[in-house]
Amino acid sequence: MEKKAKLALEDGTILEGEGFGHETTATGEVIFSTGMTGYVEGLTDPSFKGQILMSTYPLQGNYGVDEDWYQSGKIQAEGFIVRELCKKPSMFSPQKTLDNFLKEFKIPGISGIDTRDLTIKIREKGAMKCVIATEEIDDRELIALAKNQLSIVDMDLVPQVSTKEIVTFGEDLELKIAIVDCGVKKNIINSFLKKNVGVVLFPYNSDYKTILDYDVDGMMISSGPGNPTRVTETIETVCKISNKLPIFGICMGQQIIAKSFGAKIYKMKFGHRGSNQPVKDINSGKVFITSQNHGFCIDKKSLNDSQLHLTQINLNDNTPEGFSHEELSVTCVQYHPEAGPGPNDTEFIFDEFKQMMLNY
Amino acid sequence: MPIDKDIKKVLIIGSGPIQIGQAAEFDYSGSQACKSLKEEGIETVLINSNPATIQTDMDMADKVYVEPLTPSIVAKIIEKEDIDAILPTMGGQTGLNIVTGLEEIGALEGVKVIGSSVQTIKDVEDRDLFGNFMNRLNEPIPKCKAVESIDEALEAVEKIGYPVIVRPAFTLGGTGGGIAENKEELIEIASHGLDMSFINQVLIDESVLGWKEFEYEVMRDKNDTCIIVCSIENIDPMGIHTGESIVVAPTQNLNDIEAQKLRDASIKIIRALGIEGGCNIQFAVNPETNEYKVIEVNPRVSRSSALASKATGYPIAKISSKIAIGMTLDEIQNDITKETPASFEPTIDYVVSKIPRWPFDKFKGINQKIGVQMKSTGEVMSIGRTIEEALHKAIRSLDIGRDGFEEVDFKTNDLINPTDERLFQIYNALKMGMPVSKLHNLTKIDTFFLNKIKNIVDFEEEIIVGILKENIVDLEEKIDTGSLNDKEQVLNLLKKAKNMGFSNQTIAKLTELTENEIQQIMNENDISPSYKMVDTCAAEFVAKTPYYYSSYDEGDELKVSKNRKIVILGAGPIRIGQGIEFDYCCVHSSLALKDEGIETIVINNNPETVSTDYDISDKLFFEPLTFEDVMGIINREKPEGVVVQFGGQTSINLAVPLANAGVKILGTPYESIDRVEDRKRFTEVLEKLNIPQAPYGLAMSFKDARDAAKKIGFPVLVRPSYVIGGRAMEIVYDDYELKEYMEEAVKVSPEHPILVDKFLEGAIEVDVDILCDGEDVFIGGIMEHIEEAGIHSGDSACVIPPQTISNELLDVIRDYSHKLAIELDVVGLMNIQYAVKSDEGESGKVYIIEANPRASRTIPFVSKAIGVPLAKIASKLIIGKKLKDFGLIEEIKINHVAVKESVFPFLKLPEADAVLGPEMKSTGESMGIDENFGLAFYKSQLSANMDLPKEGTIFISVKESDQSKIQNIAEKADEIGFKLIATPGTAKSIKNLGVRKVSKISQDSPNVSDAILNKEVNMIINTPSGKASAADGYKIRRLAIELGIPYVTTLAGARAALNAIETIKNSELKVKSLNEYIDEINH
Repeated sequence: MEKKAKLALEDGTILEGEGFGHETTATGEVIFSTGMTGYVEGLTDPSFKGQILMSTYPLQGNYGVDEDWYQSGKIQAEGFIVRELCKKPSMFSPQKTLDNFLKEFKIPGISGIDTRDLTIKIREKGAMKCVIATEEIDDRELIALAKNQLSIVDMDLVPQVSTKEIVTFGEDLELKIAIVDCGVKKNIINSFLKKNVGVVLFPYNSDYKTILDYDVDGMMISSGPGNPTRVTETIETVCKISNKLPIFGICMGQQIIAKSFGAKIYKMKFGHRGSNQPVKDINSGKVFITSQNHGFCIDKKSLNDSQLHLTQINLNDNTPEGFSHEELSVTCVQYHPEAGPGPNDTEFIFDEFKQMMLNY
Repeated sequence: MPIDKDIKKVLIIGSGPIQIGQAAEFDYSGSQACKSLKEEGIETVLINSNPATIQTDMDMADKVYVEPLTPSIVAKIIEKEDIDAILPTMGGQTGLNIVTGLEEIGALEGVKVIGSSVQTIKDVEDRDLFGNFMNRLNEPIPKCKAVESIDEALEAVEKIGYPVIVRPAFTLGGTGGGIAENKEELIEIASHGLDMSFINQVLIDESVLGWKEFEYEVMRDKNDTCIIVCSIENIDPMGIHTGESIVVAPTQNLNDIEAQKLRDASIKIIRALGIEGGCNIQFAVNPETNEYKVIEVNPRVSRSSALASKATGYPIAKISSKIAIGMTLDEIQNDITKETPASFEPTIDYVVSKIPRWPFDKFKGINQKIGVQMKSTGEVMSIGRTIEEALHKAIRSLDIGRDGFEEVDFKTNDLINPTDERLFQIYNALKMGMPVSKLHNLTKIDTFFLNKIKNIVDFEEEIIVGILKENIVDLEEKIDTGSLNDKEQVLNLLKKAKNMGFSNQTIAKLTELTENEIQQIMNENDISPSYKMVDTCAAEFVAKTPYYYSSYDEGDELKVSKNRKIVILGAGPIRIGQGIEFDYCCVHSSLALKDEGIETIVINNNPETVSTDYDISDKLFFEPLTFEDVMGIINREKPEGVVVQFGGQTSINLAVPLANAGVKILGTPYESIDRVEDRKRFTEVLEKLNIPQAPYGLAMSFKDARDAAKKIGFPVLVRPSYVIGGRAMEIVYDDYELKEYMEEAVKVSPEHPILVDKFLEGAIEVDVDILCDGEDVFIGGIMEHIEEAGIHSGDSACVIPPQTISNELLDVIRDYSHKLAIELDVVGLMNIQYAVKSDEGESGKVYIIEANPRASRTIPFVSKAIGVPLAKIASKLIIGKKLKDFGLIEEIKINHVAVKESVFPFLKLPEADAVLGPEMKSTGESMGIDENFGLAFYKSQLSANMDLPKEGTIFISVKESDQSKIQNIAEKADEIGFKLIATPGTAKSIKNLGVRKVSKISQDSPNVSDAILNKEVNMIINTPSGKASAADGYKIRRLAIELGIPYVTTLAGARAALNAIETIKNSELKVKSLNEYIDEINH
């Protein structure tokens, strides 16, 4: 017999489903992702820290779980909401099930939820504070937990996911890049290594001198969870280093860089999460399908007063997807060119940045 | 990017008659292309020989040519219309063949080929070029080598590696191949194959049998932006043609890395090919190693792209057309959101499944195995929240008399070598307790899918235990008394069953409750379907297009308006007897009612068709056409009524249950359907109106039938009542055949008697389509059949206006049709079939054969021939308009002749005999239109792949009873200049013409078969004899089919063909648009 589970939202909604994964109660901001594949990559992406992930594709767990797909050492999302959990993946898949995966990292999951209905609710009302409970809990207590949690805007999530120590990947390669880890994905590191660029991973709050001491050819600010304006240490570092090294940013990294150049950041209604976001390169007119995962956004108008100029835009809602600096070697994208999950169409961004480092 | 300024006028190539492998999907794509280009201000010209298409409606393209699809004819249109660009990618393989043909005859000078270039087409169509191309791209394909000896075969395998598939090139019926695992097997199979092959060649293919198959639908614009519209996973492994496979979308078992790998390969390929538009790429993936091979690339829209369009809501053909004229994806709007651009990738939040529909019910005794050869005529698509739900809905949509998974005659072998019953065999095996792993070993189907079916099997047990009738008759009372089954448990099970897609019928069967009781429990406890939207974006954006599917999830997105609204029931999958014609009529109905300001709601489940294009109706429900599924929608929408007369037998069959449930059936009262379908009641009608019919009897048993036949006299035509497409209809000549028939037929329809009609030998059959508003009658067209009565009207060629029937008899036909329409209170369409015996009595006699107060399959043909959209007018009559309102009083006199010819699937069904009879076998039709019968008939034949020769040799072999009638046919052939050869019997009956005698096939070489194989024969006249000595004739006809030699199997057909040849010898084929023909009528 399946165990019952509940989901509550800050607006008082309670939904019932079946529990899987770990037996516990978890809070977070509920958001939806529209990618049809990539649940393992998604759940292990540090950008989902503080959030309860919901897949819009109704069947999850179909092809099992493989450690090779992890984007960090563990599940980072606070919980997982699905329409249907696959209990018997294909015989050709790795035999670790989604259920066991969640159990392993003590994360609760709830299935049997009308995820489309909940997605529409989020689309209409915006991302909401949420709680899921796979253990017995009173409805009133559940709603209180949903309501009384801290908003993601006010949480400091980056410190929870960033590396504590400086770590080096790839010795004696053609170039070396510093990645300031706000919640880096394995694929970002691998994307550089594949281009023969070694990586030194720094804690988010590393002082700019520490970074420069490593004699790197460039610096990137990684993607990460939560509100970018709270990551003041990193913003500071960018301010100090931007005229000394080529700088690259992905997702939250782009927002942190924008902030350091004076742009404004706002929280989106429900963000962009999925593998199908169309991004247009303003110069070439080419459109790329990109993988995205962000709930905050750069205020496009605020770029007008900065030295940053827009290079790419999102065709769905015209939000900024990339910019560069008029004078400095700064280039950023809002989407995830490293994929995992999602399309590899913009992998060339890494080549471009490598070229920028070579030219510097 | 702006539209290419040099392109002002585009020729769109249609795909011609519906055949296996090329069905309604190309009407959908061609129609979308016309609309899409018109939107951009491009002038459009369309050519298609298939009248039963929306694209050949005169309001689709600016000019429509219903002409044969040959390069030389198309070249004439290019010249006449001064075409700037030609769009071949909307017309399937036909479209591609036409442009390569045009290039060969040098007719492409000054004409742009848009979408896919001729070079691209060659690169993917030519086996060697394709191999080279993929090698250059470094994309793997299965290795293949054509060999002509055993030594060469052994050498080839050294490179390819075992196992290999050995396929003889060019054999009768594609027989003689096999899989070789080692040298011994290779030698055995290859030597047999070399023997079987007419050209002494076998192909050695690297085997990817049992690998998994995936399809990607890719789009590219000239700016090099590429997107994947949809990914599809075949449930059936490699070895089953993708058109024969049960598939799901999106892919279920590709992890993100593997999915991106195939995506990357797809984009690389479409970029290298330089396609501007849509493209379909098929991959085989070894599930154990994840190694993949590119199997096929289709540089055009396809059946899969139609499926992908309907599955995602992303209209591939429409957008491909705009790209072809130079627009880029980001300039084109996503129709569904109206805000976001078309340059994104659809993401879906439901499961789509497709199941093919096979024609085996029409071809008794032929091999029902499915494999690399496509045999299905159509398909259904379903949308659900889970695999289980989608499969259940798809099975219901097939309209094969199954409400869900059902047990069949279990055969282990059918798991290894699947048939059309594959799903049910798997269900059976699981029910018998076969472990999923063993089932996988036999079927090679991924355990993921087998486990889903197992979930259904397992849950059925839960239903049986949990909701058994005896436990819950008094649901409320039992709970009060604290009985075994608590109410919540029962309701939860029921909800879960509905969530898994179980139909009420299936639950009823399992629980011994009635459907009504189940429905009642659901009604009382608020268990009802909710409706969700197909929106391309998994709800990320608000969808503006009302395209729905049902589920039993909580959230409901259906917005019910207060408008005046009408439901139009579609025709379901394309099958023999119920083809695209009915979809054509449904589309017209929806457009006509919309035109009158009524909100139209279309319910259908065929992904290929125009009716399931969300543009056609105000609301589209992609649902099975069963009472339960339809009522779910009606209960919510509360329409003023339902139109059932356009969707063929599928929708007609719902008339009675819907009416009984209090739903208003619009148009002709459903009572009238019963008055014509119940033979006793129909006889009363005919007697009252004094309309003669052939003597008949009714039989429930062989004894009844024998008595009736005795009274009437053999031969008799026997058939069950209430079936579609004349299933199980036969002419029997004696008691023995009658007995055989009765044993077989009673299974078809146990509750309805068998009809035994006197067979009117030598009669001419006539079809009449009329419109009636209850007061006045408009005769749309009187069609004279070319073949004599006894051949199913759907298989016969026919001509408007009639060519040999006297005016007096035509007046009798008009009179009967008029009286019958008024008597039956017809409001809308009716089709009546007559048999005319010109030699009976002084001036001949007209018998009625049957009447059908609904749209017939000839409606599109007649509409095109006379220039009146009959189905549209019928729809307006249904809501109270009068014929007078449209000025339709007098029959329309046309100055041209229009011939409809049928197209048959014999080439694709290796064992099928090309003999016509009362059982319908054709899949589609062509239309020939010209100034006289000869030319029109010639064109209709050319369009039906019968390229009648102008000279050469005709081989004649006719049955004994025809030998006395062959003389004048032979004389005609001789007069036109043909040489004649004949089998001894036939030769003897032809006098004074110097016929060369040739031995029968069953006799020693040299015989007929050598003559045919040596290409000494340019046309074959062969009328089939009785069943017993059919073998010779069968071989001759199969040879003709496989070698593409024109053949006729009736004397009437032979006369018409010779008439046509004579006409064409004296004149050149000209092209003329339908618009011009119709203008001439109106002036």
